[in-house]
Amino acid sequence: MSVSRLQAVLDDGRFGVTAEIGPPRSCDEEGLRTLARRLKGCAHAFNLTDNQGANVRMSSLAASVLCLQEGLEPVMQMTCRDRNRLAMQSDVIGACALGVRNVLCISGDHQVLGNQPQARNVYDLDSIQQLMVLRRMRDEAVNWAGEELSHPPQLYLGAAANPFADPFEFRALRLAKKVSAGAQFVQTQCVLDLERFDRFMRLVRERGLQDRVHVLAGVIPLRSHKAALFMRDRIAGMRVPHSVIDRLRQASDPREEGIRLCVETIEALRGMEGVHGVHITAIAWEEVLPRLVQEAGVRP
Amino acid sequence: MIIAERKPLSELLGMLEGAKDITVLGCRSCTAICLAGGEKEAKELSEALSLHSELQGKGWRVATITVERACEKEFLSPLEGSVGTLISLACGVGAQVVQAMCPELHVLPGVNTTSMGAPEGMGVFLEQCAGCGDCILHLTAGICPIARCAKSLLNGPCGGSQDGRCEISPDTPCAWEQIVRSLEARGRLDLLEANIPPKDWRSSRSGGPRRTVNAEASAGEQQKAWREEG
Repeated sequence: MSVSRLQAVLDDGRFGVTAEIGPPRSCDEEGLRTLARRLKGCAHAFNLTDNQGANVRMSSLAASVLCLQEGLEPVMQMTCRDRNRLAMQSDVIGACALGVRNVLCISGDHQVLGNQPQARNVYDLDSIQQLMVLRRMRDEAVNWAGEELSHPPQLYLGAAANPFADPFEFRALRLAKKVSAGAQFVQTQCVLDLERFDRFMRLVRERGLQDRVHVLAGVIPLRSHKAALFMRDRIAGMRVPHSVIDRLRQASDPREEGIRLCVETIEALRGMEGVHGVHITAIAWEEVLPRLVQEAGVRP
Repeated sequence: MIIAERKPLSELLGMLEGAKDITVLGCRSCTAICLAGGEKEAKELSEALSLHSELQGKGWRVATITVERACEKEFLSPLEGSVGTLISLACGVGAQVVQAMCPELHVLPGVNTTSMGAPEGMGVFLEQCAGCGDCILHLTAGICPIARCAKSLLNGPCGGSQDGRCEISPDTPCAWEQIVRSLEARGRLDLLEANIPPKDWRSSRSGGPRRTVNAEASAGEQQKAWREEG
């Protein structure tokens, strides 16, 4: 039984496509609705980030519900940075009551990287413990205190994996830990280093994880070599090979080259055993999505 | 030990408005070892304050007293009879014990107490323990992820660990990288296969201020009553 379209697609063995939407910085509801309408049909589900990069934005829950109202299926991201176990459970109960089904459990970027580095963080739970708590609510119909839930949340649980972080060999074990904690799908950090990602997938297959979790490989269309440098230098846990930077720098039309590169990456990932879909991050360049999924031949 | 660092002189001068008699208190324990508030630092601060007073015509009378351990009242007899303002170069614990012992003194903090840690190299001190009240060092290769991971992750490392460094700063080693490498070297990576469930934080500061009772050492109610009667 699937509780969401994303789950149905992935369990059905079809190639899944998710895409990221950064909620607005203000209460610009109309802007988000307009964007949602434009992106409708480009992906099976859309991630609504949770104060991404530790910068304050519209809550993932509110943005998820606005997307739902526009006919998009949301993946609600939830960081461990901003809420303790009480807030996590109540937010999930509330989100589920409002129709959200896909929840992505993540640690979250540390607040010193964001726009309010003076803040105190929470980290009552880590992302693995978060999965344990949410899975228990769904499967055992109890909250973490063990109290019965007459209407348990219906959830499709996701996690993040970063094959480009260190220690490298530990990354597959870390994914295994997430799977045993309850992750049903996993979205990876953007793949720009295909060779390293391929090595990661080999470790994933050695553990047989591809049969236990759906891996959506992250991809990103880059607009220029400056964007590539920004990713390399300013985004935690990213790896950008020289070849990518050079290719964009030398291109006569960097935007077109960025799209081509992204399409090629999607094609390469599609052929990799154990990769069940892609997760597209085109933050602040969302309008490129329709073309990207069309050219890569992965439009839902 | 407890790690502290000296407050800037300008901040201290701001606290001293209206002072007359000033005692600078040094502590020979933790803050002496981390070079923030021992005998030497207390003398230096006294000299700086005397000079400032002379130059600015403040008329301060500055004295220096260094005790063995400011956090134990048994060591505070040298402070008897002190009046006016006291600048404590002991840690935040010492400053509070001194204030409780000498209510007539106006105790000012001369240092910022930062953490429980150990020297990493000359003049560099690294936080190592967060005092969570439920130690799991046996599971994590003797490296505490609560104190040393920026996110206190119990099932780390997170996606921000690169080249052995934490995402918050290239100066911060990733504790989980160290844990993984140490367990790997000992052939005990299996310890990390099992997920550590949500922690019970009641033993930590989240459970409220802690009062630790050593049942063997603390006098029982009956014994206390007997002593008081006698």
